[in-house]
Amino acid sequence: MNLLVVLLAAPLAAFLLALVIPRSQPQNSRGWALVSSLAILVLSLILVARFDRAVGQEQFQIDQPWIATPDIHFAISVNGVSLWLIVLSAFLTPLCVLISWRFIQNRVKEFYAFLLLLEFGLIGVFIAQDLFLFYVFWEVSLVPMYFLIGIWGHDRRIYAAVKFFLYTMAGSVLMLVAIIYLYNLTGTFSYPAILDKLGSGKLVFSNEQQMLLFLAFFVAFAIKVPLFPLHTWLPDAHVEAPSAGSVMLASVMLKMGTYGILHFCLPMFPRASRACAPWIAVLAIIGIVYGALVAMVQPNMKKLVAYSSVSHLGFVVLGIFSFTHMGLDGAVYQMLNHGISTGALFVLVGLLYERRHSLEISDYGGVATTAPWLATAFLVTTLASIGLPMLNNFVGEFLVLQGTATVHFTWTVYASIGVILSACYMLWMYQRVFYGEASDEVRHHIFDLHAREWAVAVPLILMMVWMGIYPQSFLPPVAKVNDAILQQSQVDVPVRVALPTPPSRDRQAAVASAPLEAARAR
Amino acid sequence: MPVSFPTPQDLARFLPEILLTVFGTLLMVLDPIIRRRNSNLFGHLSLLALATAMAAALYAGTEDGPAFGGMLTVDGFATFFRVLVIGAGMLTVLSSYRFLARENAETGEYHALLLFSLAGQCLMAAANDLIIVFIGLEISSIASYVLAGYLRDDKRNNEAALKYFLLGSFATAFFLYGVAILYGSTGSVRLDQIHTVLNGPNAPFSVFVALAAALMVVGLGFKVSAAPFQVWAPDVYQGAPTPVAAFLSAAPKAAAFAVFLRIFTTALEPIGTAWEPLAWGSALASMTIGNFAALQQSNIKRMLAYSSIAHAGYVLVALTARSETGTSAAMFYLAAYALMNLGAFAVVAHLSGKGERYLTLDDFSGLGQKQPFTAAMLSIFLLSLIGVPLTAGFFGKFYIFKAALDSHLVWLAVLGLLNSAVAAYYYLRVMVMMYMHDPGPAVADLEPLPRGLSLALVLPALGTLFLGIFPTWVLEFAGHSAALMK
Repeated sequence: MNLLVVLLAAPLAAFLLALVIPRSQPQNSRGWALVSSLAILVLSLILVARFDRAVGQEQFQIDQPWIATPDIHFAISVNGVSLWLIVLSAFLTPLCVLISWRFIQNRVKEFYAFLLLLEFGLIGVFIAQDLFLFYVFWEVSLVPMYFLIGIWGHDRRIYAAVKFFLYTMAGSVLMLVAIIYLYNLTGTFSYPAILDKLGSGKLVFSNEQQMLLFLAFFVAFAIKVPLFPLHTWLPDAHVEAPSAGSVMLASVMLKMGTYGILHFCLPMFPRASRACAPWIAVLAIIGIVYGALVAMVQPNMKKLVAYSSVSHLGFVVLGIFSFTHMGLDGAVYQMLNHGISTGALFVLVGLLYERRHSLEISDYGGVATTAPWLATAFLVTTLASIGLPMLNNFVGEFLVLQGTATVHFTWTVYASIGVILSACYMLWMYQRVFYGEASDEVRHHIFDLHAREWAVAVPLILMMVWMGIYPQSFLPPVAKVNDAILQQSQVDVPVRVALPTPPSRDRQAAVASAPLEAARAR
Repeated sequence: MPVSFPTPQDLARFLPEILLTVFGTLLMVLDPIIRRRNSNLFGHLSLLALATAMAAALYAGTEDGPAFGGMLTVDGFATFFRVLVIGAGMLTVLSSYRFLARENAETGEYHALLLFSLAGQCLMAAANDLIIVFIGLEISSIASYVLAGYLRDDKRNNEAALKYFLLGSFATAFFLYGVAILYGSTGSVRLDQIHTVLNGPNAPFSVFVALAAALMVVGLGFKVSAAPFQVWAPDVYQGAPTPVAAFLSAAPKAAAFAVFLRIFTTALEPIGTAWEPLAWGSALASMTIGNFAALQQSNIKRMLAYSSIAHAGYVLVALTARSETGTSAAMFYLAAYALMNLGAFAVVAHLSGKGERYLTLDDFSGLGQKQPFTAAMLSIFLLSLIGVPLTAGFFGKFYIFKAALDSHLVWLAVLGLLNSAVAAYYYLRVMVMMYMHDPGPAVADLEPLPRGLSLALVLPALGTLFLGIFPTWVLEFAGHSAALMK
């Protein structure tokens, strides 16, 4: 049995079984969600162990006909980029179960069922190789998140949930038109087959076709990322969602957009991607700076973290559209880093909210005296988020900026402002929340981490340190995929290499390690 | 023409209509004899009639071919729509049990009218002759007018019936004018013969043919509630008894679309370029008016009525494509729409309570807490109406817009899909009410889900999911029969 199929089927099976647990036994629902999500994490780690890092390209392929007319296949496979995004989803889901343990008291069964369904949709998005199947998972992941925000969110949850749904839906219908249009051109939904046809010159888009198709895909992805000025749904959704929802949304769902750009837009529409790159880079830089500036003035902690996401994701988009090895590697690494560190920020803000029932920064102050360990965990996460060396974000941001600098130095200069600003808003928030005189309210309500919370915080912090100190554990397979993507997005070379047939290993390895060595040398 | 007696084969191909009429008459006769009120007897008999008619339709499908000298043609297309409308009738009966008992109106008359209406729709599905189409249309419509006003002491029912009747007869007259002009210019009312004449070297003066086509678009556009002939739909759906509104939005609409598709893709296919802009405009107008008007509704039945106008627009997109894939996409969509809409209306019928008191969106507050099963079923239907993948509604839209793109109707496809994103908003509002608000008075009054009604929810829900995961079987049948119809 294909391991990837098992990994995809496991959350679906867990979801269905979660529906069977009687409503009157919330403890069993929690327990089941924890056990099953841990089992899925183990499965994903087995996948990592059995993944051939020397190749890095699509593996564990399976391709079964699903629907005859039109020709839709159940085609999935995993590559060096999607591998880590799957692991990220599988890693965060049990943590989300744990942080919701006591916070969610209302309709517990449904909450955990939706969480597992969300995991199913997210894993599916990252491994689908049939464009139609990709669209299906893309939409399916929307529904559980809509309910997570709408049912268990804060006061303006309904507004936020509907806005989130409609924004994504509006973008994705354009993508659906593009997918059908591609099918009419090529007669297949199979992504590798389309790349093959492009690579062998059997399929050539006219400039106009390429541009329109690119834009249709890109807008759908850009809404999800979210790229300025399409980001307005994000602060609402993040602030109103329950902690687990914010974590999954920020850490994994936003990556659906950047993954889509990287995996679909660049290889399929290289000329349009390059033509639009300056415009997109400008939007990304605006997002970086604007997100940081807006984050600085937020009185609400969750909103601050949400706007910091806009800023951080700007780096990812900038890295992708630098079309350099380092930029792409940095973008992917930044996707993972943001998943860990922003996920951790939402977890910790959630813990503060559970204690004090407020998200306003002004309601806190002096928390470090009553909850020193919580403050320490928050500090490490804050430092990771602002890109302190030896912690994860540094590596990603550095690679992105370095990659961009080699081609467009001015972009780097402007984007660096975001790094500085991120230190400002994060440290300022930290100072206002954790230092100073503790009010009576804070002293009575805020206590330190207990065992279940330790179990959430420690793995996250370990990951931040690991990813900051030893990126080589993660980057080699990513670099191989990015290498292939860059080759496919070469517009000057007439015949391009197709994705499913990786180039020879030696050359790949040489190219792949180059950015790392360059990064280390500095 | 010499008088010819029907052959056994003719009768076999006409069997569903015969059975529906016989059973309908039988129910009429039994109604005064059996004075036992508050019994489910008539409902059971009606279900039995529909089951036999369904079997007969399937049997007639195996004996396909023309009947009565070519006035009828029983092909895959006809069988598809016969099974579809009879199935819609069954679901209507299932959701009517409790409704009729609650309103103290369990009569044979209700079920007899339903069967007569279905007989007319089956006839429409199989008609190969404009006069037969007209007869089928009238049988179906007249029974539907009466059904819309079935609770005769209710003011809203009366208003609905009167409005439906007046505008409906007006529209039928338009259709008949079209038939007359077409007969005048081509010398035939037989669809295949009209096609031959229009395709031939001596094709008649085209202005009259185009006029005939336009008049028929008006008549049929009314029946399918396409813009700009949609004005009656919200009032009628709101006023009619809920199970009847469900029925009206599924069966007569599907049958009218069957006629629409058959006439315009066979007989009038040669002048396709002339009527395509009409269909294009009507499709876009229906989608836009339907969806944007539905955004503002607070009454669930009116909202579903506007949504049904929008969905008629989607099917018209498929007609505009003027291709086999378009026809089969329309067929698939109508099946999917019948399932999800009947299901959604069944929940409304359940919730509305005695005298249909609870019909606003607010009345759905907290349904998810009080009756999670009912709410889950309604969620499936709503997600399907939105067009979320793994439901029938998604594949319906997918096939329609794929057909449109195949025929290079890129703008219609883009506008249609953006429309469907708008539509998501008002369907989501219902889900918001069900799951994200606390129970209100309507939900507090809610009775437990009766057995017949739960069947009327589970069957369409299973159908919706089945078509959403394995659409191939139905689509291939539709594609096959669309190809044969040419």
